[in-house]
Amino acid sequence: MKYVIIGNSAAGIGAVEGIRKIDKQGEIVIITSESHHTYSRPLISYLLQGKTTRTKMRYRPDSFYKDNNCKLLHDTVTKIHANEKRVVLQSKDSVNYDKLLVATGSSAFNPPLFESVSNKHNFITLDDACGLADSLTSESRVLIVGAGLIGLKCAEGILSRVKTVTVADIAERILSAILDESSSEIVQSHLESKGIEFKLACALTPNELSNYDIIVVAAGVRPNIALLEGIADIDKGIIVNTKSETSAKGIYAAGDCTQSVDVSTGESKIMALLPNAYMQGETAGINMAGGNATTEETIPMNAVGLCGLHIITAGNYTGEVSNVGNNRFYCNDTQLNGYILIGDIKQAGVYTNLIRKKRALSDKQEVLKYESKIV
Amino acid sequence: MKRVYINEKWCLGCRLCEYYCAFAEKRHEYNNMALALKDTLISPRIRVEEYGDITFAVNCRRCEEPLCVKSCITGALTADGIDKDRCVSCCTCILACPFGAVSLVDNVIKRCDLCNGEPLCVKACPNNALVFEDRRCV
Ligand SMILES: Cc1cc2nc3c(=O)[nH]c(=O)nc-3n(C[C@H](O)[C@H](O)[C@H](O)COP(=O)(O)OP(=O)(O)OC[C@H]3O[C@@H](n4cnc5c(N)ncnc54)[C@H](O)[C@@H]3O)c2cc1C
Repeated sequence: MKYVIIGNSAAGIGAVEGIRKIDKQGEIVIITSESHHTYSRPLISYLLQGKTTRTKMRYRPDSFYKDNNCKLLHDTVTKIHANEKRVVLQSKDSVNYDKLLVATGSSAFNPPLFESVSNKHNFITLDDACGLADSLTSESRVLIVGAGLIGLKCAEGILSRVKTVTVADIAERILSAILDESSSEIVQSHLESKGIEFKLACALTPNELSNYDIIVVAAGVRPNIALLEGIADIDKGIIVNTKSETSAKGIYAAGDCTQSVDVSTGESKIMALLPNAYMQGETAGINMAGGNATTEETIPMNAVGLCGLHIITAGNYTGEVSNVGNNRFYCNDTQLNGYILIGDIKQAGVYTNLIRKKRALSDKQEVLKYESKIV
Repeated sequence: MKRVYINEKWCLGCRLCEYYCAFAEKRHEYNNMALALKDTLISPRIRVEEYGDITFAVNCRRCEEPLCVKSCITGALTADGIDKDRCVSCCTCILACPFGAVSLVDNVIKRCDLCNGEPLCVKACPNNALVFEDRRCV
């Protein structure tokens, strides 16, 4: 059996570990466009901050490929020939497979306004981070476009190295994808107190850009789906079931490039998060090797630290909201739908589990009583 | 593999396990619990919960499919322990653990390490409500 995995990040690594749970012998080839050992994407901001190093940010030990008996090719896949079970590489070589995993992740979205801007960076890959670090000086006035998770992690990462950091967003509030209004306010004032400046509800003009030395475009990511166009079903992301199978036989997909069901709402969506990527990858690997695994109970969830403030969120924000301190819980009569914890995060996992399992609450106040006792 | 099992029926809610857990972290510096914990606010990795008349201790269950490990964004957290050097305290493990058994203390992630095979909480339990056993069928 020969397995080919496109992508050397969380989902691809999960797949290797999944395959090796079942099949210790089969040939595994991992292909990646990047020239690095597998590393943790979320750590690029910690690297700029000096809280990790290029060695420490490796997602798996140096011996990983050897230990798992797999081959790593630093090349880019340009085409999949599904009928011939073969992928074509930029180097013009091609690689045959019996089972294929597409774990291509996502890439930065660059709005047209920034096309001709020269001093511009994205903040997704290790190379992006190194490129940005090289261009920063203590005199730099940096504009970060996008007040989402990646933009704010970037702001935190560079804050102490530059003169000013301004974060602009077309949205009226920060982290609008994962926080509700009142939580956004709390986090924003915390970040302002640390020296980050915000321009919200703001449509940038080319003129304004000239006030800054460096622009970081963090205006969202797009799933890398092109390789499977015309081969498997795609909506926004590559559609996979709970076994990480695409609609094309023998081809699996996992991680940020996919779209799957959020059990908290029943909607199919992209949940671009590292834990989901790893678990979908592991599931794919087990199934590719003839085992039987599923990734159930996937929900949106985030743990993020920003300038010393810990924030954990999960689920969706529908139903009635109740507060315990800065922590917010969204419940309907019988279920916890979502939560936002700021600062006091102790019991996050217990709540995550209630949402994932759709566990019925014994009474409306159950979560609040629990939280009040723990705090 | 052996793990700490909890028998709610026998738990008295005395919280000695919590104190011994806190002591376990300092047992190489101090030979006496009172000295070790004097004037400190303890942050044990085992925690007694109370529901009306029922009390029971909660700690790491050594899950066979550990969500904390699978969710770790750095790779620092494994079934065997935590590589403190690589952990950045992002708290994704806390987000993921269904039992609330991973904690952040002074910005360091903590999870039960079974005291190298001799869990002090079990030794300390006066009513055998905590036992260290291998119950999995092989
Ligand atoms: C700054 C930042 C902070 C983040 N913080 C968090 C966080 O705190 N928590 C969290 O859960 N998530 C976070 N994320 C998201 C997390 O990084 C992703 O969810 C995760 O990396 C997804 O893993 P993946 O394997 O699906 O894809 P990716 O990590 O995107 O990796 C894709 C892989 O595919 C390869 N590839 C793509 N196309 C090709 C091709 N054609 N040929 C060959 N190789 C190809 C790439 O080289 C790469 O190896 C953050 C992301 C960023 C950028």
